[in-house]
Amino acid sequence: MTKTLLRISGLTKAYPGVIANSDVSFEITEGEVHALLGENGAGKSTLVKMIYGLVKPDSGTMTLRGAPFAPTEPRAARAAGVAMVFQHFSLFDALNVAENVALGMENPPPMRDLATRIRDVSEAYGLPLDPFRTVGDLSAGERQRVEIIRCLLQDPRLLIMDEPTSVLTPQEVEILFETLRKLTSEGVAILYISHKLEEIRALCDHATILRLGKNVGTCIPRDTSAREMAELMVGSAFEAPARAGRELGDVALDVTGLSLGSPGEFGTSLRNIHFTVKKGEILGIGGVAGNGQDELWGALSGELTTDNEAIRLMGQPIGNLGPTARRDRGLLTAPEERLGHAAAPEMSLTENALLTGAKRENLMNRGFLKWAATEEFAKRIIKTFDVRTPGPGTAARALSGGNLQKFVIGREVLQHPEVLVVNQPTWGVDAAAAASIRQALLDLAANGTAVICISQDLDELMEISDRFCALNEGRLSDIRPAQGLSVDEIGLMMGGAHGMEVAHVEA
Amino acid sequence: MDLSSINPVLLLASLMVAATPILIAALGELVVERSGVLNLGVEGMMITGAICGFAVAVETGSPFWGFVAAAAGGALLSLLFALLTQFALANQVASGLALTLFGLGLSSLLGQGYVGVKPPHTAKLDIPILGDIPFLGPVVFSHDLMVYFGLALVAAIWAMLKYTRIGLVLRAVGENHDAAHALGYKVVRVRVMAILFGGACAGLGGAYISLIRVPQWTEGMTAGAGWIALALVVFASWKAGRVMLGAYLFGGVTVLQLNLQAAGVSIPVEYLSMSPYLITILVLVIMSADRSRAPASLGRIFHATQ
Repeated sequence: MTKTLLRISGLTKAYPGVIANSDVSFEITEGEVHALLGENGAGKSTLVKMIYGLVKPDSGTMTLRGAPFAPTEPRAARAAGVAMVFQHFSLFDALNVAENVALGMENPPPMRDLATRIRDVSEAYGLPLDPFRTVGDLSAGERQRVEIIRCLLQDPRLLIMDEPTSVLTPQEVEILFETLRKLTSEGVAILYISHKLEEIRALCDHATILRLGKNVGTCIPRDTSAREMAELMVGSAFEAPARAGRELGDVALDVTGLSLGSPGEFGTSLRNIHFTVKKGEILGIGGVAGNGQDELWGALSGELTTDNEAIRLMGQPIGNLGPTARRDRGLLTAPEERLGHAAAPEMSLTENALLTGAKRENLMNRGFLKWAATEEFAKRIIKTFDVRTPGPGTAARALSGGNLQKFVIGREVLQHPEVLVVNQPTWGVDAAAAASIRQALLDLAANGTAVICISQDLDELMEISDRFCALNEGRLSDIRPAQGLSVDEIGLMMGGAHGMEVAHVEA
Repeated sequence: MDLSSINPVLLLASLMVAATPILIAALGELVVERSGVLNLGVEGMMITGAICGFAVAVETGSPFWGFVAAAAGGALLSLLFALLTQFALANQVASGLALTLFGLGLSSLLGQGYVGVKPPHTAKLDIPILGDIPFLGPVVFSHDLMVYFGLALVAAIWAMLKYTRIGLVLRAVGENHDAAHALGYKVVRVRVMAILFGGACAGLGGAYISLIRVPQWTEGMTAGAGWIALALVVFASWKAGRVMLGAYLFGGVTVLQLNLQAAGVSIPVEYLSMSPYLITILVLVIMSADRSRAPASLGRIFHATQ
């Protein structure tokens, strides 16, 4: 059982201006779960795309079960027994499950046979699925099942999984792991990409760590602490956020009976949501993606207006005010999508600073813009939040994810909000930048701001929030103190396993 | 006013003739849009097909080669659109509009020597027995081949989209080109094929006007039929059956209002002239109120990122 399945030696891939992979070598043996670790931009995606035939390496070789392996297209990789579950689902919303599965196969059987096979395989691995449902109507967890089933139907030897658990509840993660363990017991090797270090410690046999495109080390996750792995990824030690004891003030934001239909076709409606946040408090709102987070953020920011009495800021009803009016009153927000929603990609940092700061930072004079003052404001954000950029004239698009995120969060923090609502503040951000963003939120709360943090990263929510609740199908769970909550309790608040079941172990 | 001068048999028979050019052009555009490309150049490709078909039919004396040339001419013009949008990544709306203007100009240039010329006659099918059935015979069974080709195309495209692998890949590319690319499908190749098919269909529709419906060549003779075909695709919710319904409805109201004008109905002519557009749009808007929607990648430029 310890035969080498895939050997990678000296893979190099360069793009204009950036070396994505430089001389990367490692081996995957049959039946093991091999983790690929690294921060965003470390070259993990490029590496797996080369294995899956989407990208051609500049130099270096791969061998699969002793034979040279150089797939020129995904079809060739699939034929050789390599299957991949994508991070951003490669699914087609308007097609049904069976059609989606058929698109990932070389020679799909007729639809009726395929539907039967989907039912059989999905039940054998504890991932029940109806082949004739439209994918756009499925939950995030169910969509992932579609991807996994699509891979399993091809009897893969190597299964590549790119960030598979980012959309799952802890219970669903446990079931996924059972499925994966069953697969490895059948000899399938799994290349598992994640930055959730505790999960890697629980699941993986070996780990290869990439930094700036280079293989910087391997480790056995079970024997290595999460902190050590994080430092290998970042390349240096960094400080974990520190929480200061603080006094809670009056209620800053009061949401009562908030119900809202979703504007999107495949969105989730909000149902009768109640919560309050006090000055100096951080409320963490968890939940699996697609359970109403975007709608809740929209309702709080003013991008979606609601019944006027449903949202009160400092006792004043603001439910039917738009974002600008709410900003004037001290309710500031930062959306999930930093490029295109929080920041205009082609505009400079100065211009982006103006977009939300114009009124509160007094950057306008009777309709005329005060560019000098605006540039000062942008520089202040860059300096205070250690944004790595040549200067405030740089286009937002040119910044790395972590730096841009520090900028857009910093832009709101520096405007002294009464209430700050953030959605996924550290999504896709490297560990050091994430730590500094969390620290900024904690400091802001310590100065008396009420902070609402919507996130799918449970570790983050446990680290910073005072109270925790979860969204599940547009409803908010009970709100409980974050300290002392167990993973099981959190999982149940998030809706449990959503009808999944543990893989049936065959005799 | 004398409504008795309207002969229902002739009315229904000419309805099928009036509907055929927009039907064929709209079916081509339906396939293009299902692959995620918005080609606004239908009018330009139709008129180019009209003159190509007309010229070749006149020169060879064979309407068959005329239609072949029309399909080739439409496809050739659409190849320009494909090069612009799929390889040079130009904006699809602007390229499509340019294609229409270019096609109108090109066709007047090509057609200079053909004004006032009579094309060879296209034979009508004279199906024995079936054609002799009273009423149904002249209405349904005594047309030229292209009318039946249009109907067959409806069935073929419907079945292709619903039951075949090619149709599934086409829909997948139109729905989410990034995912289709990640799965290893050749997005650009699929789209170029669809665009060429759409161009050929538009060319056939145009030639039907110049060779059978009118039949003669005048500049700008498609007179907006390409735009109607485009609108039909949208209002028909990208479904082949509804495109047919819309085209026949439009053809029917067009023929009816012409008959009413001839019969001297006391409604101003302008209202009658706009009625086909109004009624078609109204009916299809009501029908498209269901859940169906545009292909999600429609009009978006695909660029394979690494």
